[in-house]
Amino acid sequence: MSIRERLSGNEAVANAMRQINPDVVAAFPITPSTEVPQYFSTFVNNGSVDTEFVPVESEHSAMSACVGAAAAGGRVMTATSANGLSLMWEILYIASSLRLPIVMSCVNRAVSGPLNIHNDHSDSMGARDSGWIQLYCETNQEAYDNILMANRIAEHLNVQLPVMVCYDGFITSHSIENIELEEDDKVKAFVGEYNPEHYLLNKKEPIAVGPLDLQPYLFEHKFQQAEAMRAAKDVILEVSEEFAKMTGRKYGLFEEYKMEDAEVAIVVLNSTAGTAKHTIDELREKGVKAGLIKPRVFRPFPVTEIAQALKNVKAVAMLDKCDSTNGAAGPLYTEVTSALYTEGITGVKTVNYVYGIGGRDVKSDDIEKVFTDLQEIVSTGKVENPFRYLGLKD
Amino acid sequence: MSKLIEIRWHGRGGQGAKTASLLLADAAFNTGKYIQGFPEYGPERMGAPITAYNRISDEPITIHSNIYEPDFVVVVDDTLLEAVDVTAGLKEDGAIVVNSTKTPDEIRGSLKGYKGKVCTIDARKISEETLGKYFPNTPMLAAIVKVSGIMDEQAFLDDMVESFKHKFAKKPEVIDGNMEALRRSLNEVNGL
Repeated sequence: MSIRERLSGNEAVANAMRQINPDVVAAFPITPSTEVPQYFSTFVNNGSVDTEFVPVESEHSAMSACVGAAAAGGRVMTATSANGLSLMWEILYIASSLRLPIVMSCVNRAVSGPLNIHNDHSDSMGARDSGWIQLYCETNQEAYDNILMANRIAEHLNVQLPVMVCYDGFITSHSIENIELEEDDKVKAFVGEYNPEHYLLNKKEPIAVGPLDLQPYLFEHKFQQAEAMRAAKDVILEVSEEFAKMTGRKYGLFEEYKMEDAEVAIVVLNSTAGTAKHTIDELREKGVKAGLIKPRVFRPFPVTEIAQALKNVKAVAMLDKCDSTNGAAGPLYTEVTSALYTEGITGVKTVNYVYGIGGRDVKSDDIEKVFTDLQEIVSTGKVENPFRYLGLKD
Repeated sequence: MSKLIEIRWHGRGGQGAKTASLLLADAAFNTGKYIQGFPEYGPERMGAPITAYNRISDEPITIHSNIYEPDFVVVVDDTLLEAVDVTAGLKEDGAIVVNSTKTPDEIRGSLKGYKGKVCTIDARKISEETLGKYFPNTPMLAAIVKVSGIMDEQAFLDDMVESFKHKFAKKPEVIDGNMEALRRSLNEVNGL
C-alpha cells in the first residue's frame, strides 16, 4: 500500500534519495534546488542514510566530485538549478562521456541574466545535448517517481549514462501537494544494489578513466555514447513497467491526455501540462476536441512515437518555457516538427509559443488562448506566424 | 462544498501568512482532501506584502497557476488594504476576512466596492490575550476555517492539537495558548 502524504517537490525528492541511500551525494546550494541537499543532509546527520555527503565549494566541484565518486564505483546523486547547472557545464560532458550513471535533480530555473530565481526551462534545455538522459515531471509525485526509477535506468548495462530529472522551480519544488510514497523496503528492493562492471577502486582490474582520446577512436566512443542514448528508450520503458507493477502508476515516453479524437493539441513540459489538462477539461465541455502531449523523456527524444501520436491532429502548438534565441523557435518545437517531417507527416499545422520566461505565471486563460488560435489555424488553414509568444506584455 | 475551493492570503513578510496557508493545507489534507499550498515567492523582506495560496478539493487538482478568482481572501494585516487590491477577482458569492479592530461595515469602504460577504476578526487582541504576543496567523487560520466552512470545526481543532504537538515539541507550554487562540477565533469572527 502506498503511503498518503503531502509534501513539496523538494521534500519528495529528498525522501526518494533517503530511500535510495546512495553511496555519495556531492552538492552546492542554489535556489530553488537548495532544499534537496539541505533535507538530505539532515538524513545523513540523523543516520537514516549512510551516504558520504560532500558539501563542496561550487557546482563545478559538485559535479567533479560526483564524477570521481561514480568512476570509483559508487552510486551517486546530486541536485542543482540554473547557474549551478551552467557552472557544471564542462563536467556534464565528462560524466556522460565516461558513461557514469549519476542521477541529478535539475530544479528548473531561469539562467541569469538578468538575475531571476524563478522557473523556466533555460537551464536544462541548454544542457539537452550534453549526453544526459532527461526526464521531465509535471508534479511532486512524478518528481518522486522519476527519481526512484532514475538509478535503474542510468545503471543499466545497455545505457550507463547520467540522468537529469527536471521539475519546475517553486511551482513544483516549493508547493505542498498530495503525494503517494512507497515503503522504504519496497523502494530498496526496486532500486537494488549497484554493482558496476568496471570501476577505479577494483584492484583486480586496474583501469584508466578519461585518458586522451584522439582521431583514431574518439568518434567510435562518441558513437557508442549515442547508441547508449538510443538504447535508453527501451530501458526506460522496461523500468517504468516494473515500477507500474509495484505502484500502479504508469509512465511512458510521454503522456497523452484526451488525444484519442483530438483535432487540436498542445505539447508542453512539466507543471504547465497540469494547467493545460484543467483547460482541456473545460474546453471539452464546450465541444472543443482538445488534447495534450506531455513529454516525459526528452533525451532520448521519442521521434517516431511522438510523431505517430500527433499524426491525426489538424494543428498542434509546441509551448517552450525557453527561448532558443536562434531567430526561430524553441527546442520543443524544433524537435517535434523535425520528428513529424522525419516520419513523413506533413499535414499537421504547427506553431510555437515561447511562454513563462523567468516565472511569468501561466493561467488557464493563456492555454485557452492557444487553443483558440489553433482553431483559427484549422479554420483558415494558414499559420500566419509560426514563432509566437504567450503572456508577453505589450 | 463545491468541487474546488481557492483561497488567497495577503500578509506582510514575517507575519506567518505562508505558514498559515501551509497549516490550512495540512488540516484539509488530514480530513481527506486534495490540497495545494504555495506562496508567491518574491523579494521577501520583513514587512513587505506577500501572497500565499490554497486550493482544496475532493478531487485531484491539476491546475498549477496562481489564483486570480479566489472563493475566499484572508487579509492578515489591515494596513494592506491601502497598498494591495485585496478583493481583485474575489467571487461575489465568496467572502473576505480581515484582521482588524474595525467592523465589517467600516472595512467595506476600503474594498473598492466589493459586494460579497465581509468579515473581520481582532487577531491582535486574541493573540495577545492567549499567546502573550502578536502572532496573527493562528487566529486568521481559524477565521478562514469558520468563514469558508471547508471543514468541520471540531475535526479542525482535533487536527491542530496534533499538529501543534509536533510543531512545538520543544516548547509544549505554547500549545494550550495556541489552541485557545483557535477556539476563541472560531467564535469571534464578525459579519458571518
